[in-house]
Amino acid sequence: MKLQQLSVFLENRPGRLGAPLEAIAAAGINILTLSLADTAQFGILRLIVREWDKAKAILEQAGWIVNLTEVVAVEVPDRPGGLAGVLDVIEGAELNIEYVYAFSLRRDDKAVLIFRFEHPDQAIQVLLGQGLHVIDGDELMGYVG
Amino acid sequence: MLRELWNDAEGGFHPASAPDFLPTEALREVQLRRLRAVVAHAYEKVPLYRTRMDERGLTPAAIQGLADIARLPFTVKADLRDTYPFGLFASPMSDVVRLHASSGTTGKPIVVAYTREDVEVWSEVMARTLAACGLHRGDILQNAFGYGLFTGGLGAHYGAETLGATVVPISGGNSDRQIMLIRDFGVSAICCTPSYFTHLVERAGELGVDLRALPLRIGIFGAEPWTDAMRDHIEAAAGIRVFDIYGLSEIIGPGVASECGEQNGLHIFEDHFYPEIIDPETGEVLPDGAEGELVLTTLSKRAMPMLRYRTRDITALIAEPCPCGRTLRRMRRIGRRSDDMFIIRGVNVFPSQVEAALLAVEGTLPHYQIILSRQQGLDQMAVEVEVTPEVFSDKVGALEGVRARLAKSIEHILGIRVELRLVEPRSIARSEGKAKRVIDRRNG
Repeated sequence: MKLQQLSVFLENRPGRLGAPLEAIAAAGINILTLSLADTAQFGILRLIVREWDKAKAILEQAGWIVNLTEVVAVEVPDRPGGLAGVLDVIEGAELNIEYVYAFSLRRDDKAVLIFRFEHPDQAIQVLLGQGLHVIDGDELMGYVG
Repeated sequence: MLRELWNDAEGGFHPASAPDFLPTEALREVQLRRLRAVVAHAYEKVPLYRTRMDERGLTPAAIQGLADIARLPFTVKADLRDTYPFGLFASPMSDVVRLHASSGTTGKPIVVAYTREDVEVWSEVMARTLAACGLHRGDILQNAFGYGLFTGGLGAHYGAETLGATVVPISGGNSDRQIMLIRDFGVSAICCTPSYFTHLVERAGELGVDLRALPLRIGIFGAEPWTDAMRDHIEAAAGIRVFDIYGLSEIIGPGVASECGEQNGLHIFEDHFYPEIIDPETGEVLPDGAEGELVLTTLSKRAMPMLRYRTRDITALIAEPCPCGRTLRRMRRIGRRSDDMFIIRGVNVFPSQVEAALLAVEGTLPHYQIILSRQQGLDQMAVEVEVTPEVFSDKVGALEGVRARLAKSIEHILGIRVELRLVEPRSIARSEGKAKRVIDRRNG
């Protein structure tokens, strides 16, 4: 049920974001979504891609430091209060969220959020138990065609 | 020579190593005899030495015992620059068979000369160096010191041939080819700077070559100060034993001193290079065991004798016998050079202190660079550290924590504030010779 997220270290200066994205694009790998966390001094680019192992190899070959993290994709009703409902479940179970970002793609009336939990396996059990839709890799790839 | 009678191909000592084991009394006799000869030669042939000795009312006859060396004036690097190019030569050009020159960071290079006998002595001390590091006939040595005006390449080359080892004269640079030859030739030993070998280890990993699985067993590193922690890291990463060697062009090049199998101090080939330790402030000679600046006198050089040359290297002499059996005194590994030091806001800083601070946090030494600048009249020190897979995290807080710990570790050791920047891998230029650890942008 977990997704593999790639994280790439970047210096926080102009032009640094483009290079890793171009390297992945040049290999024909589709980037499903990304998020950038930054401080004044450095940034961390997080990526969900179709072929994470191939993308990781390409980035490392080109000299980037790449970290692999398991994240959880959860479907959220795309209406006011949709996210709040999911967060209620998470808080109620006292699951610790390291960070969260939205998936760029929407289908029907749903949105997808990517969660980085401290304990992803435990979180998946709780979310499934509450009837929430946790999206696995195959399903996610199916959406983007 | 009856080469077939030597047992040096099986790991025994090469006959060239014999002087390493001279009884101390015999060694002192050799030193005194050679010292008197070299002082007479320098006085007779080099105007600078004659003038300075005359000013002190000294003639070569003043050298009656080894302790009399302290009566002689020092020679410093500026003397080589001031007499550029050939002013300190004691032999006519018809006897000189080789010139080398330092790159020189400011202005003119310094030039050094060798007679045929000097080249033979150099070959001998380098053969003794390699033998002390465990090399013998049958070994394949990849010589990644630069060939050319720099003394490292040719010094190691002649030493290896004298020893009877097989030399791969690849010189510095072209890391992918270096790794290919190490693997394809079954290279058993390599000599280069420690920072360049660290780079080779890194590159081998990227190419999927596991150096630990190859026949490579000995690393012979020199030409820049490095630390025991760096040695531990390299030994583990490459599965080899690593030895520190020491030398400088002004004296002969590499081959002045070398570690032995004990890896505990470098034996000075003192039958050719007489060591003293002085207080760098007062010039006073310090006893064995005391830390100070290393001063060397060449006892057998003909083309360019050096009397009491101040090396700027900070170390101490170890007189205690070494378990390896060599009677040559040892010097402590040089962690710092007095001219590597920089002063920031009144604090003396050595790059090795920054290294120790980074090692304390990361466990291994990351690539780093110190950048000094002046902002609104105030000196600033920044340290750029390349992020490694070991410390990288997808969480901002964790990475910020690494940055803060590195900064705090440096501030704790130096007592001054530093700006610590995490930078991308490979963003700090790799050197193929001596690593450039400090960039000073304060001038102007």
